[in-house]
Amino acid sequence: MPAGAASGPAAPDPRRPLDATRRSALRCALGAAAAIALPACSRRDAGTLRFWAMGREGEVVAELLTGFRAENPGIQVKVEQLPWSAAHEKLLTAFAGDATPDIAQLGNTWLPEFVALGALEPLDNFIAGAQGVDSADYFEGIWATNRIDQRVYGLPWYVDTRLLFYRRDLLQQAGYDKPADTWAAWRQQLHAIKRVVGPEKFAVLLPLNEYDPLVALALQSSQPDPLLRDGGRYGNFRGPGFRSTLDFYLSMYREQLAPPASSNQIANVWNEFARGYFSFYITGPWNIGEFRRRLPAALQSAWATAPLPGPLGPGTSVAGGSSLALFNSSKNKPAAWALVSYLSRPAVQQRFRRLTGNLPPRRSAWADAELQADPQTQAFRQQLERVRPVPQVPEWERIATELRVLVEQVVHGGIKAQDMPAEMDRRADRMLDKRRWMLDHPRSSLAAPRQVGLSGTGDRPCGLSPASEGQPACWPAGQTSGPLQPACCQRPLALLPSKPPQGGPEPRQIASAASAWRLT
Amino acid sequence: MTPRRRSLAAWVFVAPALIAIGVFFAIPVGAALLMSLTDFDIYALADIRNLRFAGLDNYSALLANPLFWQALWNTVIFVVIGVPLSIATSLGAALLLHSKLARFQGFFRTALFAPVVTTLVAVAVVWRYLFHTRYGLINHGLSYFGIDPIDWLGDPAWAMPAIVLLSVWKNFGYNMVILLAGLQAIPEDLFEAARLDGARRWQLLRHITLPSLAPLLLVVSILTMAGHFQLFAEPYVMTQGGPAQRTVTVLYLMYEEGFKWWSLGSASAVAFVLFVIMFAITLLQLRVSKST
Repeated sequence: MPAGAASGPAAPDPRRPLDATRRSALRCALGAAAAIALPACSRRDAGTLRFWAMGREGEVVAELLTGFRAENPGIQVKVEQLPWSAAHEKLLTAFAGDATPDIAQLGNTWLPEFVALGALEPLDNFIAGAQGVDSADYFEGIWATNRIDQRVYGLPWYVDTRLLFYRRDLLQQAGYDKPADTWAAWRQQLHAIKRVVGPEKFAVLLPLNEYDPLVALALQSSQPDPLLRDGGRYGNFRGPGFRSTLDFYLSMYREQLAPPASSNQIANVWNEFARGYFSFYITGPWNIGEFRRRLPAALQSAWATAPLPGPLGPGTSVAGGSSLALFNSSKNKPAAWALVSYLSRPAVQQRFRRLTGNLPPRRSAWADAELQADPQTQAFRQQLERVRPVPQVPEWERIATELRVLVEQVVHGGIKAQDMPAEMDRRADRMLDKRRWMLDHPRSSLAAPRQVGLSGTGDRPCGLSPASEGQPACWPAGQTSGPLQPACCQRPLALLPSKPPQGGPEPRQIASAASAWRLT
Repeated sequence: MTPRRRSLAAWVFVAPALIAIGVFFAIPVGAALLMSLTDFDIYALADIRNLRFAGLDNYSALLANPLFWQALWNTVIFVVIGVPLSIATSLGAALLLHSKLARFQGFFRTALFAPVVTTLVAVAVVWRYLFHTRYGLINHGLSYFGIDPIDWLGDPAWAMPAIVLLSVWKNFGYNMVILLAGLQAIPEDLFEAARLDGARRWQLLRHITLPSLAPLLLVVSILTMAGHFQLFAEPYVMTQGGPAQRTVTVLYLMYEEGFKWWSLGSASAVAFVLFVIMFAITLLQLRVSKST
């Protein structure tokens, strides 16, 4: 399991000595002078873009690339597929082994971790210079997941959130037309359903081995009462916000509205949903397709989706999904950005949705006739206007897992419900111990103003970087998107300062060095 | 050849093996020991200046962590139930196969060995259905005896027994083959002589078969115990440590610390604690077997 990272070809070493870079640039220039075919040159020296994509996205992304290749014949892209279950490990091992790709699809909850590692390139300058990447077009909560310490590290690729899937027929039998939008009214509906379906069946499925439903509900009261306090230094689960969510959540099990089961025990949630074992299920957009495929035809008009209810009115949910991020070890950042910005064009996102069912993160991409005519998806459209990121600390997933474990123990009677928030805070504080030291200790790398990430090409618009050594294709000066133009940079780029060491030159110096080499 | 040259030649011959052991075993183990004294995590991965020397903090934190004791308890339960059950099943199957009455021995030998070589993940899918509370074959069979359905993988009390069942079924074939080889090596004249003296079948087993197999049983029990202490894959694919962490084993805890949360410092500490426990128990086994 651990030794996964070496699956791809060896990545170019970002710390290659300068003279090697120069030599290959020379070789490339000589090759170009001798009128040897350009692609061969760029393939060998500038390397191809390595793009890591996961699961289903990895399978279909090749189809999206045909258009990109037509626009950018000089850029080679190699897609490497990772299974979701191993992706996180492989990315970390790749980082440890200096074998990160140029671009990767990252779950947006992973971004804080990779930013803490200093593995990602900030995209602000690329975005500022790009046409057609408009942050206001993205759903606010989704965009926020990509902003860490005032910098943007990823461009949302598709979105994911959690909301209600429910049996319309059973809800109607219980006397209601549509799901309520407050907790209290929803709970009444659940009780009414329970009376209809009887003691053997349940009203809602909240699997004990998933933390997403609880986190989605807990985020609803995270303003003004955040889940972590003091800049992510301590847990805040003892706060009144989380306590009220926990009380509501546990009442589902206590009042036998939800089975105290994990999804392993359910074995097949679609069969059970069809049998009416539960009527509500808090889950994500991929299940729209699954429900259509797996539920019997007779039930197809009997299920629907609805936004999450909130404590007092329509509730928020969790801002999930995947982003595309550039690794700062990439030697091909301009080309990598070209691919990222191509993939985030509304038209490409619409094609991506048709291929995968993934929901687009840009409002303009939702102006799609097929999407607008689909009522099940429109509930997600409404919910996406009300999503919030989970706390942006690398430790969050571990904290959320611990939360799930404690809830399971409360349900099985291991600890008392009223002791749970204090215990959760104790465990969260322990997990955040290193983070507190990092933030408050002058020696650590987080406490100092971040140098990591400023060293790459983000500050230099015209392919002016050691990254594009020998790669004659670059953007026209002043642009950071659109088709790359061949041979606009003729000076041997290897003469540029290579990646400065940690604590190296100030960003301003890098920028001025870059502009000194800017070509006409 | 002088003795000195001869010993030099010997060193040259063992050198490749020693180097391989040094590079792939001794150095990593030493590095892991050092790592277990630090708080190596993703922050340290980003920048080694973020590494803090932790002394024995990882060990004391581990011993203070209720999950570690839970994991150790789960593992001990698995070992205490699983090892004897597994060896008894292997021995029983080996005796049946060795019996002169058995027919189609080749077929059964292969069939009983088959689970060992099948992929655990595929097996786990089938067993998840067998264990299913409402549709599972096992509960269906129990219902004929008037036993209420058991929530095998969901009930904290039953999850570990379910893992034991799966593991015994999956692994008994391996020991069975070893023991079968041992049985075939027992000279037939011992049995003949005993039968002439009027020994019954049970006495043959008690006084000839088992003593002859004793050295092999010791090896098998040490190997099985070592394997059982390292239980990981079965809970990983069947229950992910649940329900209520009743199937979290020591190795599973180490995996989560190390590869899920990237706290390599505390994961190394878990590994060394497990090593010490297994080493102590193996010594005890050897001591007991020598004294008898």
